[in-house]
Amino acid sequence: MSSDAITIAGVSKRYAIGRSLRTSNFRESLVSMVGAPFRRLKRLGGAASPDTTDFWALNDVSFTVGVGDVIGIVGPNGAGKSTLLKILSRITPPTKGYIDLDGRVSSLLEVGTGFHPELTGRENVFLNGAILGMLREEIRRKFDAIVAFAELEQFIDTPVKHYSSGMYVRLAFSVAAHLEPEILIIDEVLSVGDLHFRNRCLGRMRDMRDEGRTVLFVSHDLTSVRQLCNRAILLTSGRVGLEGTPDEVTRKYEQMNRDPSVGNAGSADRVHPPPHYHLRRVELKKCGGGITRNFDAGDVMEIHLWSSGRAPENSFTAEFKLFDDHDDVISFGTANPMRTTYYTADQQHFVCRLGPLPLTEGTYSFSFTVRVWNQERWDFWDKAITFDMQRCDLFKTGHSVSGARDGQFVMPQEWLAGD
Amino acid sequence: MTASIQRRLRIEPAGAWQGAHLAELWRYRELLYFFVWRDIKVRYKQTVLGAMWAIIQPVATTLIFTIFFGRLGGLSKQVNGSYSLFVYVGLSLWTFYANAVSLSANSLVGSSHLISKVYFPRLLIPVAAIFSGLVDFAISFAFLLVLMVFYRVPPSPQIVAMPIFLAGTMLVAAGAGILFSALVVSYRDFRYVITFVVQLWLFGTPVLYTLDSIPAQWRLVYGLNPMVGMIAGFRTAVLGGPWPSALIAAGFVTASILLVVALRYFTTVERRFADVI
Repeated sequence: MSSDAITIAGVSKRYAIGRSLRTSNFRESLVSMVGAPFRRLKRLGGAASPDTTDFWALNDVSFTVGVGDVIGIVGPNGAGKSTLLKILSRITPPTKGYIDLDGRVSSLLEVGTGFHPELTGRENVFLNGAILGMLREEIRRKFDAIVAFAELEQFIDTPVKHYSSGMYVRLAFSVAAHLEPEILIIDEVLSVGDLHFRNRCLGRMRDMRDEGRTVLFVSHDLTSVRQLCNRAILLTSGRVGLEGTPDEVTRKYEQMNRDPSVGNAGSADRVHPPPHYHLRRVELKKCGGGITRNFDAGDVMEIHLWSSGRAPENSFTAEFKLFDDHDDVISFGTANPMRTTYYTADQQHFVCRLGPLPLTEGTYSFSFTVRVWNQERWDFWDKAITFDMQRCDLFKTGHSVSGARDGQFVMPQEWLAGD
Repeated sequence: MTASIQRRLRIEPAGAWQGAHLAELWRYRELLYFFVWRDIKVRYKQTVLGAMWAIIQPVATTLIFTIFFGRLGGLSKQVNGSYSLFVYVGLSLWTFYANAVSLSANSLVGSSHLISKVYFPRLLIPVAAIFSGLVDFAISFAFLLVLMVFYRVPPSPQIVAMPIFLAGTMLVAAGAGILFSALVVSYRDFRYVITFVVQLWLFGTPVLYTLDSIPAQWRLVYGLNPMVGMIAGFRTAVLGGPWPSALIAAGFVTASILLVVALRYFTTVERRFADVI
């Protein structure tokens, strides 16, 4: 018998786009039911114009993961990573193909799923543990360890609505960390917290690896893929682009990112948006100028973001993270609470005026998030757009600073002669 | 987050994977317990009057119905003894039923964050919503016993049969709730239909009037409403009198059919939930 923990065989997933995915209302459905025979007649008559376009989020993906393997899945947005995770987690079924899982599986697409703000920390540990598939007995046995790991002994009987976001995540992560699956399927979005939290996540995954558990890890963070995994897979446009060692795969992915494949119009449309509410388009402009992807230090940039429609709630925020070309976060901004702009649900176009830019020469990228601050993200558009900083001569001396040598930004500075 | 407790698992396209997975439901029984426990805890934590609502709702409705239907509508003449008590008996069970159906119907949509992040048998959600109303029912039933002391109506010995009709009501609520919850996922505006259906359903059920007011030739059709047998049986259990056996039997039969239909529909669409919710 094979010693594969996960066998993925010809898995494909089709979404219908064009028509709204959030299935219509009852009246529309009735109307379309009544209209169906007529449309079919029309189609027979040759006037074919399909009102939906099929989009294959995954297209004939096959690979296996051996017992004890730690495999990293990388790929650009829309490559099908999330879809693969959702199929592996049994949240959505594949359209074609099948997956065999041999072993107890836990999959973590987020920490703290099912946490209820009105319930105490203690109550949420039990609820969340049960949702994760732990038995009551098992949770009871591990309870003290979970609380100790989260360092929340004094607050465990306080409703979690009074927790800071750090405490909340610590407790949620602690429950997840006490799972003992044979196969762990995990999304790197987990590691969006602060550095400390991120390191703990990675540390826990390292433990899992060392304990001989099988881990399938979806990531944008190439460094952690290199550190943790013994194998990696690059997904592009719903297909396996490359399967190999973490070094081979991450190098190939980095090369791909350098390709100006998105075009240089200065704007990016999201080609394969996730279902439901999402960000759909971004443009960068020079303040007082047109759309561009080339800036000089000292320029004021305008980021224009468009969403797909009405937001789920009022008083939400748009956030950016700025990355350098090593994919390290170098800056962050949010409409609130850092500033005091609260968007209403109807708002579909967001503008952030950013600058004067202190950035040095080099390539940078933005990722964007929309959500109510500190709540679950409605959309996270990773690496939404890249731009180039050309000249960095903030003090107009004719000397331009390069990011490759001298860091990512220049601070205001005065140089004087001492006594 | 998800976990499945079983060892070997094949994930296949929808359609190849249907049927009510009883073994799996059994494995997840503790999660059902936790969902019910959460709903009950949260309900009482978020309200000021807490448990009082379980009494206020049927009492207020009883008062309104006593005035409009009993006095002005003349329905009280049908009833020997207190019309208010007669109505309250029916309403205590009906309120449980109506709340169970509407909570259950909206439960899946209300749990969209779970459905898009975790696997577990989706059926647990609408079913848990039905169980979580039991505490309210227990309170309003206790108040019913107080009312009976007040009206000097001794409970009949038949009251031991009461749990049968409570269970039957849960069966009907499960059928309707499971069916509606799946429909609401696909058709969001269906929830307005449900409010309306539940309101109308009350008038098709002998809560405000006696069974005698239904002409004999319509009894059969009337009995197709499974709640007829449950309410009539429940009232007979509490207040005594001859059992409406035919209606009770019909009620259990139609309730079972409704549940089977609901389960079939639910299991054919449940795997699509995450894509449309």
